Formats: sequence, structure tokens, C-alpha cells
Amino acid sequence: MPRPTDSQLTEDGLPLARTGGQVLLIACGALAREILDLKRLNGWTHLDLTCLPAKLHLYPEKITRAVRDTVARHRDAYDTIFVVYADCGTGGLLQAACAEMGVDMVEGPHCYSFFEGNQEFERHSESEITTFYLTDFLVRQFDAFIVKPMGLDRHPGLRDMYFGNYEKLVYQAQTDDPELTKKARACAERLGLSFERRFTGYGDLAGTLARL
Amino acid sequence: MSEEDDIILAELDDEELVQQMFDDLYDGLKEEIEEAVTILLDRGWAPYDILTKALVGGMTIVGADFRDGILFVPEVLLAANAMKGGMAILKPLLAETGAPRVGKMVIGTVKGDIHDIGKNLVSMMMEGAGFEVVDLGINNPVENYLNALETEGPDILGMSALLTTTMPYMKVVIDTMVEQGIRDDYIVLVGGAPLNEEFSRAIGADAYCRDAAVAVETAKDWVGRKHNSQKSA
Repeated sequence: MPRPTDSQLTEDGLPLARTGGQVLLIACGALAREILDLKRLNGWTHLDLTCLPAKLHLYPEKITRAVRDTVARHRDAYDTIFVVYADCGTGGLLQAACAEMGVDMVEGPHCYSFFEGNQEFERHSESEITTFYLTDFLVRQFDAFIVKPMGLDRHPGLRDMYFGNYEKLVYQAQTDDPELTKKARACAERLGLSFERRFTGYGDLAGTLARL
Repeated sequence: MSEEDDIILAELDDEELVQQMFDDLYDGLKEEIEEAVTILLDRGWAPYDILTKALVGGMTIVGADFRDGILFVPEVLLAANAMKGGMAILKPLLAETGAPRVGKMVIGTVKGDIHDIGKNLVSMMMEGAGFEVVDLGINNPVENYLNALETEGPDILGMSALLTTTMPYMKVVIDTMVEQGIRDDYIVLVGGAPLNEEFSRAIGADAYCRDAAVAVETAKDWVGRKHNSQKSA
């Protein structure tokens, strides 16, 4: 299967390519590359993957409905369905929906937390309330998720209304990629924030998927 | 040069000027709003009328189009920034001229949360609707809210959160108010992107406000009910 582009993952997600797995992962498009990498590296052929458009994160109130619909569409075809979303701004609604549908999901408030490890993130979260996080995907899709939706391309003067209370941008690196680090640093400069690169790898995501 | 560029605000009559202010607010044109406010003041308009008829009137259109998905956050922020410019001129005059006061609100973003765009919009629209607003800013522990309730004596406590991780702190504040026996002395309104009605009920707030316009209407409604119940008591 050709590797999906980031734009496809943002706009359309990833259609289900059935490979005979018994477990279906319904994931956020922002996690597609990482999940495909983990599948390949670990030989997890029992996991099939479909992703919802990552841009749903711009409207978190739409995530729960989209996940519900996707579970309903595929539940007869799989023994197990696992939702690869954290709470992701749904205010507990996604968790409640998953419980009601009898499917499990990733623990944690958002991907920044589970990439770093939920316990570790929780430990330092109070001291990092003025930190803005980016993952590999969000660095690559910085324009699509930050610049354009926030109107910073059209109205750069809005930057301080959005980011005036932030101090630092932490780039949570899932992979070692100097080009991506360079781009992340440029993102920090554009937002007027100091920069830190923090290698996380796949964090809790790897362990969570390994248990399926 | 576009036709719009040719508009000279001072040459418009009052009705046309107010309509133009609606358009300029919609387009987030701060300098034009400031100029128009000054023109109306020079023409003898009461500051309160400029606020309610022109600025709040214009922001109401912005709010409705935001709710209907016609406008998005950047445009609302630009409009709010334009309104802020007009408010800055009017605010000292409103204090001098004794504009009617609907009620008083203490508002702040909860502990652990630095996101204040929604809170700032609510504060501004509440002020526009005649409420006195005491803004506690961001990252407020329970002590800040309690101190402000005691010293300011508001009708309403407003709490805001953008993060799933910080919104439960609203319950900490409300539970503390219950423990201290002061919960029912105040109307508690909550808002923020990940919140919903169910959450609001679960933590014991009086109402969830999904946007600034709803916050204003909800606040007016609850303050009206509170005053009515006090009269009949």
C-alpha cells in the first residue's frame, strides 16, 4: 500500500485496506504514519487500520459522532475494534461513547500526553501550562492545523491573541529527523516562543497497541 | 480603489453610520470603529447608546454568523479587537454618565489553563450588555475565585477552560463553595470548548454557555430570575 500523504491524512483520513486482521484500529489521521510504522516494525499483521481525517481536531465536537459511525460500519466484520484516540477535546464524550459501544480506546487526554507517556506528562503538566506542543505530524502540517485555521496567514497580528500567554514550544519528536527539527524550530520562531526538542518515540502508543 | 474605500464616515447620517459600523465590525476594522464612535459622540449620542445600538448590535451579527458557521474564530477575534477599540473610548464615559448596570460578574480561567480568548470575548460582551466585569485573568486557583467573591460581591461567577485536563477544576471551585455554604449566593456559569451541558450539570454549575452571546443571554436571564425571587421573598 502506498504511504498516505500528510494532506490526505488531514483531509480524508485513511480508507480501510483489509489485510485479514482480526482487530480493527480506528485512528486519528494524525497517528496513521506512526501506527503503520509500528505495525511494520513489529509485524502486527493482526491489526487492520482505518483513519478518520486528522482535521476533525479542528472541530473536536465532531470526533465522537465520526468514531461512532465508523465503529457501527465495521463492527460486524471484526472480532475487536480499538479506537486510537485519546479524549482529544471531547470532554469525556468519546470515552462515554466507546464504553457504550463496548470498544476500548487509548488512555489519556491527548496525543501529547500518550506520546510522552501519560504518567510522565501528568507529572510535569503543572509546570508546563505555558507550553505549546507539536508532534511530528503537526510539525509537517503546521500550516494546515495552526497557521490557516487560526488565520495567521491572513492576519499575523492575531498571533499574540492566541499565543500571548504561551512561553515555549516543545517539539515532541517521534522520529529522529533533522529537517523536521529545523522546521519545528521555525514554527516556534513564527509563534514567538522559545524552543525545545524532546524525543518521545511512540510513548504509550507502542505498548497500548502491543497488548491488542 | 474600491467603492468602500471612498466612504467618508463623517458624511454619513446617523442611521447610515451605524449600519457602516456593523459592516466595519464585521470586517474587523478597528480604526474605522474608533473614528465612528468619536463621530457619534461629537453628534451628541449618549455613550450607552453607541455601545448598545452600534457596537453590541454589530457584534450580535458577528456572533450569529459565528454560530451559523459563516464566520470563524479569526474573524470573530478581529471583530472583537475592533469593538475593543470602540469600548476603550466609551468606557470612561460610561462610568461618568452612569449607564445602567444589569449585574456584576467575576470571571476567570481555571487553574492550569492559560487560554483566555473565550473568556475575553465573554467579558467584553458582558460589559457591552451592561454588566460590571471583574476579570481575574488566567490560571486561577480556587482561592482567587473565593477572594473575589468575598471582596467584589458579584451576582455571577464565570469559569472558563479550554482543556479536558483543566475543566474538572471547575468542580473543585464549586465543591469548595458548597463546603463554605456560599454556593447558592451566586449564579455559576461555565464555558469552554470541551464543555457541554451534561458536564455543567454534573459539576453543579447553573448553566453552560457555549459562546459569548449565549453567556450574555443566560446571565441576563439568571440575574432577572434572582432579582425576581429576591423581590418576592
